[in-house]
Amino acid sequence: MSSHVGLLASWQRVLKRELLLAYRQRNDILTPLIFFIIVISLFPLGVGPEPEILRIIAPGVIWVAALLATLLSLSRLFNNELHDGTLEQLLLTPQPASVLIFAKITSHWLTTGLPLVLISPLLAISLDMSPIALGYTMVTLLLGTPILSLVGAVGAALTLGLRGGGVLLALLILPLYIPVLIFATGAIIATSNGYSAEGQLSLLAAYLILTLIFAPWVTSHALRVSLD
Amino acid sequence: MIFQKFAAPKYFYPLAGKCLPWFGWLCVLTLATGLYLGLFVAPPDYQQGETVRIMFIHVPSAWMSMFVYAVMAGAAAIGLVWKIKLTDSFITASAPIGASFTLLALLTGSLWGKPMWGAWWVWDARLTSELILLFLYLGFMSLQSAIDDPRRASRAGAILLLVGVINLPVIHYSVEWWNTLHQPSSVARLDGPRIHSSILIPLLVMMAGFKLFFVSVVLLRMRSIILDNEANSRWLQEQGA
Amino acid sequence: MNWSEFFNMGGYAVYVWGSYLLAAIVLGLNVWLPLRKYHGQQKMIRKKNETTS
Repeated sequence: MSSHVGLLASWQRVLKRELLLAYRQRNDILTPLIFFIIVISLFPLGVGPEPEILRIIAPGVIWVAALLATLLSLSRLFNNELHDGTLEQLLLTPQPASVLIFAKITSHWLTTGLPLVLISPLLAISLDMSPIALGYTMVTLLLGTPILSLVGAVGAALTLGLRGGGVLLALLILPLYIPVLIFATGAIIATSNGYSAEGQLSLLAAYLILTLIFAPWVTSHALRVSLD
Repeated sequence: MIFQKFAAPKYFYPLAGKCLPWFGWLCVLTLATGLYLGLFVAPPDYQQGETVRIMFIHVPSAWMSMFVYAVMAGAAAIGLVWKIKLTDSFITASAPIGASFTLLALLTGSLWGKPMWGAWWVWDARLTSELILLFLYLGFMSLQSAIDDPRRASRAGAILLLVGVINLPVIHYSVEWWNTLHQPSSVARLDGPRIHSSILIPLLVMMAGFKLFFVSVVLLRMRSIILDNEANSRWLQEQGA
Repeated sequence: MNWSEFFNMGGYAVYVWGSYLLAAIVLGLNVWLPLRKYHGQQKMIRKKNETTS
């Protein structure tokens, strides 16, 4: 019984610490968000401002931008601890490493994924999306960005401290992001055309649950491999 | 017991050396037979004409690209659990071969597609899945080359392979679904070539030939890798040339 | 056996022979490059054995 409380408490403690650190490094949080906005803005500039076209490409544009913004932010996940040497301690504590890693991933999502969800309505409007499309954009981002953080953590752990890190991480993780991209944009497009998105959303939810269960564990193994 | 003995580089090296000529010549024989059957014996398809002969290259390549990835993932799992060092050499040796098959499948798929569909590239479900598989191979090879420590390189690569192989069905399913979403009319459904019985035998022979090719080249590459790794060990010096 | 028909491949010569040519290149490189490396290694081993014996 006490170990159960210990797990939750340690998760909370690490989460609180992570959020405090993130607050102190606010710029690190703003940068992916600004990147998200800029990338989305590039598309009207490149494709032309006709609303009919923007409306069609909007789901894909927003989601690809979300993928890239998340990738950009992943280096933040372990880099601090890597540079001050506390990463090994994370793996040596009596608490299972998965729980502590899960806390870090939670903090990462709260500071990267959630802001994307919250700002997406503005960007959806700028791309002339219908209200339904806007709504489902938020829903899919809400379901999908945690998956991006979870899967991304595995990649960040594998590429820890490597030269060419960011681009290599993108090469490794982007193929794994593809199902999320397909089902999320599929859901938005389906509902925009009046169909149900139940299938896509269920698949996203199932994928989320699977990654919730396995990603922290795989990440802890990957960290051990990278630190040995 | 015997298996574990030959898992040591010291014993595997000469064993591979003895097997290599057999697999090599068998491969040449099989491929020659397959080429003969495919180019001279198999009739042109009533729908696709002579372009069906491209299938004798494209289908075995595509199949091997997935087979090699699966075998690499299996070896990765074995290596992680039982810590057999030979699996690392096997995986490193296999990756470029698998990536080559993937590239060949994509290129021949494109060459098949141009006369059939009128375009050099279409985002067909199978070709797109094959493209993503190429990315997985390239990602794996990039990760290995980015890590200097060989132990970390093989263990990190193994984790990446296992993550990839589990995601592969998900990716494939999502791409299939994506393809049907964007091509609602069945007329436009760019279905893959159907395999008639008249071309089945040449296809199977080519498939066998490609498998033998993979085994031969992987044995050759593994011997090179063992030479690199064991450069200073005594058994190697006693080997001579 | 009509050779000119054979090479023409029903008008699809570029595509069919292109595929077989690509296969030859890809498979060929997969044999040639490792063989070259292996022979190079053998040479180095032989050289090393000569200098130490």
